[in-house]
Amino acid sequence: MIKNAVITVKNLVKKFGSFTANDNLNFEVFEGEIFGFLGANGAGKTTALRILSGLSSPTSGEVIVAGYNAKKDPEKIKKNIGYMCQKFSLYDDLTIRENIMLYGGIYGMSKTLIKQRTEDLLEKLSFQEYGDRMISDLPLGLKQKLAFSVAVFHEPKIVFLDEPTGGVDPITRRQFWEMIYETADRGITVFVTTHYMDEAEYCDRISIMSEGRIVALDTPEALKKQYEAKSVEEVFIKIARPK
Amino acid sequence: MQKIILASGISKKFGVTQALKDISFDVNEGEIFGFIGPDGAGKTTLFRIITTLLLPDEGEIKVLGLDAVAGFKELRKNIGYMPGRFSLYQDLTVEENLNFYATVFGTTVKENYDLISDIYSHIEPFKSRLAGKLSGGMKQKLALSCALIHKPKLLVLDEPTTGVDAVSRSEFWDMLKKLKQHNITILVSTPYMDEAMRCNKVALIQNGQLLSIDDPDKIKGGFSRKLFSARAPEKYRLINALREYPGTLSAYPFGDSVHITFRDDEFDDSLYEHLKKAGIENATISESEAGIEDRFLELMNKGTMA
Repeated sequence: MIKNAVITVKNLVKKFGSFTANDNLNFEVFEGEIFGFLGANGAGKTTALRILSGLSSPTSGEVIVAGYNAKKDPEKIKKNIGYMCQKFSLYDDLTIRENIMLYGGIYGMSKTLIKQRTEDLLEKLSFQEYGDRMISDLPLGLKQKLAFSVAVFHEPKIVFLDEPTGGVDPITRRQFWEMIYETADRGITVFVTTHYMDEAEYCDRISIMSEGRIVALDTPEALKKQYEAKSVEEVFIKIARPK
Repeated sequence: MQKIILASGISKKFGVTQALKDISFDVNEGEIFGFIGPDGAGKTTLFRIITTLLLPDEGEIKVLGLDAVAGFKELRKNIGYMPGRFSLYQDLTVEENLNFYATVFGTTVKENYDLISDIYSHIEPFKSRLAGKLSGGMKQKLALSCALIHKPKLLVLDEPTTGVDAVSRSEFWDMLKKLKQHNITILVSTPYMDEAMRCNKVALIQNGQLLSIDDPDKIKGGFSRKLFSARAPEKYRLINALREYPGTLSAYPFGDSVHITFRDDEFDDSLYEHLKKAGIENATISESEAGIEDRFLELMNKGTMA
């Protein structure tokens, strides 16, 4: 079965003045994949992520996300993806229902559809009594799970997760990843960055960036074999260290 | 040998939130003592109390032999503190920041340079760069250098490795280990369970309460059941199938395997049959050693499991 590519990156270069943040990146991400995007701090991950999510423009090269060109149609990309980052996800001073309504509205969903999916979502997370509680009242783990659900609420083709589990307790972290598995199972592609090396093992394929380039791209198993390592962490330490 | 920290019955409330409840522990000289727990566990609140920045509602705390409340002035001269978020001056250069901290503590960079040289040497080539323009790993090294410049007896590090990549994390802990040679006591907090193993003593904390305090090997060893690891290419299906097996007590993903406990501490071929029915043909299941994270999960679940 040939899988469709939901992301195609060809010779991506991004420069800031004389500094090359992304140096000729080439990769594809396929439908329904869980793709881990790793790299040391300062390697260029955030720069690439911003281009893929329509927030920034490439200096040169071709980037196609969810069928749209990142240079020509970044706004169309934004409409067709989901995005969740660690620092900010939901509005603290709105309730759960209000946040969902806001995001659903922004993504152009009908009121009926929003209402129906909201109740489904609250039931799935066992949040029914919390629907009218403010986000600021919720513990971090619950916030993160909710933020993820909101990011895929409009059933986008692909969802970008930028360090979604930072600081979260170990049980919630695992529950979160099970939500990711279930989402990928539904055919939504998941593009995730993380500093937890054990989470890299949950991905179908991972790429490792170092100093603006991709220095490895394969399944975790293949990379461990190639670098004679027992864990992705070992692979990472071997190749991600800047020179 | 004097206890560097002696805490007894520390409690702290913020409005209706019980941030800390009845926390008691002690730290010996020269130890690396780790507080391990997720966000919201109370680590930062506790560290602020220890570094005299916050008053406890209840309890007593003695740091370096002084009462943390009454003796705060003297204590502040002898503690090095690296808080969770980068706290240095973004619009001063690396060198300016270090000089500033040395001056504030009544010393010079030269005086204690040997203490920080291993750390500072990584960023010295960038000494004229504005601190705000440093990468995460470099900011960390600068913050650590500034926390050490006055040769404190106690170094308090609040989540120094959060948001930092695995390479820098590993290097950071190598640096901490070297500090032990100078007999500096280190109190550190982290949400990373694997870092617990690099401490002399560990306190597991969750929701303002201590779950366990001990030598990390002893905490690991406290795991109360047999632990098994299962592997199969179809990870998600494997977890679900294992959970549906009647003999399973718990099943958690752990990197490339699933950690399982069974109600009777054992399993038989019926498990393989069950997995085959779920379409998993090539699962391997073997007994394995529990890590500190397995024990943490067990302690976290104690309240909720039947």
